[in-house]
Amino acid sequence: MVTLMNDIQSDQERPKDKLIVATAALCGCFGCHMSLLDIDERILQLVELVEFDRTPLTDIKTVGKCDIGLIEGGVANVDNVEVLREFRNNCDVLVAVGACAVNGGVPTMRNQFEIKECLEEAYIHGIGVENPHVPNDVEIPLLLDKVHPIHEVVRVDYFLPGCPPGADTIWLFLTEVIAGNAVNFPYSLIHYD
Amino acid sequence: MSTEKTFRLDGKAIPFEDGETVMDAALKAGEYIPHLCHNPDFEPHGSCRICVVDVNGRHQCSCTLPASEGMDVDNSSEAITNKRRTLLQMLFVEGNHVCPACEKSGACQLQAVAYQTGMLNPHFTHFFPKRSIDASHPDIVFYFNRCILCGLCVRVSRDVDKKAVFSLSGRGHRTRIIFNSPSGKAVDTELAITDKAVSVCPTGAILPKHHGYETPVGERLYDCLPISVVGDAAKHHTAKKHFLNGDPDE
Repeated sequence: MVTLMNDIQSDQERPKDKLIVATAALCGCFGCHMSLLDIDERILQLVELVEFDRTPLTDIKTVGKCDIGLIEGGVANVDNVEVLREFRNNCDVLVAVGACAVNGGVPTMRNQFEIKECLEEAYIHGIGVENPHVPNDVEIPLLLDKVHPIHEVVRVDYFLPGCPPGADTIWLFLTEVIAGNAVNFPYSLIHYD
Repeated sequence: MSTEKTFRLDGKAIPFEDGETVMDAALKAGEYIPHLCHNPDFEPHGSCRICVVDVNGRHQCSCTLPASEGMDVDNSSEAITNKRRTLLQMLFVEGNHVCPACEKSGACQLQAVAYQTGMLNPHFTHFFPKRSIDASHPDIVFYFNRCILCGLCVRVSRDVDKKAVFSLSGRGHRTRIIFNSPSGKAVDTELAITDKAVSVCPTGAILPKHHGYETPVGERLYDCLPISVVGDAAKHHTAKKHFLNGDPDE
């Protein structure tokens, strides 16, 4: 039903002169979305230019056809894979936003260990753990054996490095892409941390 | 009539003396050629290939190439920058370079050269190799995840410190840095915090203990200016090291 509503909305209500943007947070810390909000009052300019589809900001749960998809976070579980593939199938331009999406980031530090070791450290041997057992509810997405950057799973069109990319980096990227220009970042806007 | 010998670097005349490399002559003339395994204080090694330049239509490693008259060296075209960026992307995916969790971030040559080439992504599939950390030494910690096998510490420990603490072992992608001690641990070597070899690492693989995150983000070596403007990074690190050790005159 939600999908149907989205389709109707995208066909009839959405202004044709606005680009549709969707965002998702995969295996990240939500810092990149916070950084997006750091554009402060420029968000008023942004909503004049774009319409948001699925994003944690709108709480829309499924992604419709979009012009730009912004992905925060790497790929660490089967749900991340599914969401990422949905975004790739629906977004004309897919963007890796932040260190975790670009190269896996801090979560890849678990790639040094077996998945069993990680789970046991967190849920069995961890300090202060009560009733120690590894969660096994069927609703919980299964973890992948390694955390991957998103370009190892789907084709990615643009990369915004940074942990997180600064608000100015995100703003420059969005305004240039919306204007149909090539994106060239000055030195001060490229950083990996 | 001037008898000074010159070659051209990006169209600019660079004077050189017989036996000088393209890299040495360029650095002396204030021209930056990106490099990682090279340090002007020590013998060139030619292993990282980041200093690749186009000389009269051929790709050459500028830190080992003797300068000669009539050379036309391309150091900054898009084609050369693309080559360097690809090499850097391979260096990044071969190790585990988690910049947000590294004390060297902001003052790291590997990172700064990557910024300089405009590297926005790793492009290749990551190896995610399983590498260890050696924290056995009381003053120094070794993160092999961040080692790019440039061999600078090996050369400096052998040639300058006269201790030969490090060695490159294995071949191909199994190559790794090992310690010259019966236990294989850093603590059982003669390595001291004052050794030159400790201060020459172009990444965060060799770090002094008790000195993490001292400079705020925004004020670190490469936060404001690119490595091409800051100049020779190795000298900056050496200077900074001496400063930390309370020896600012060096």
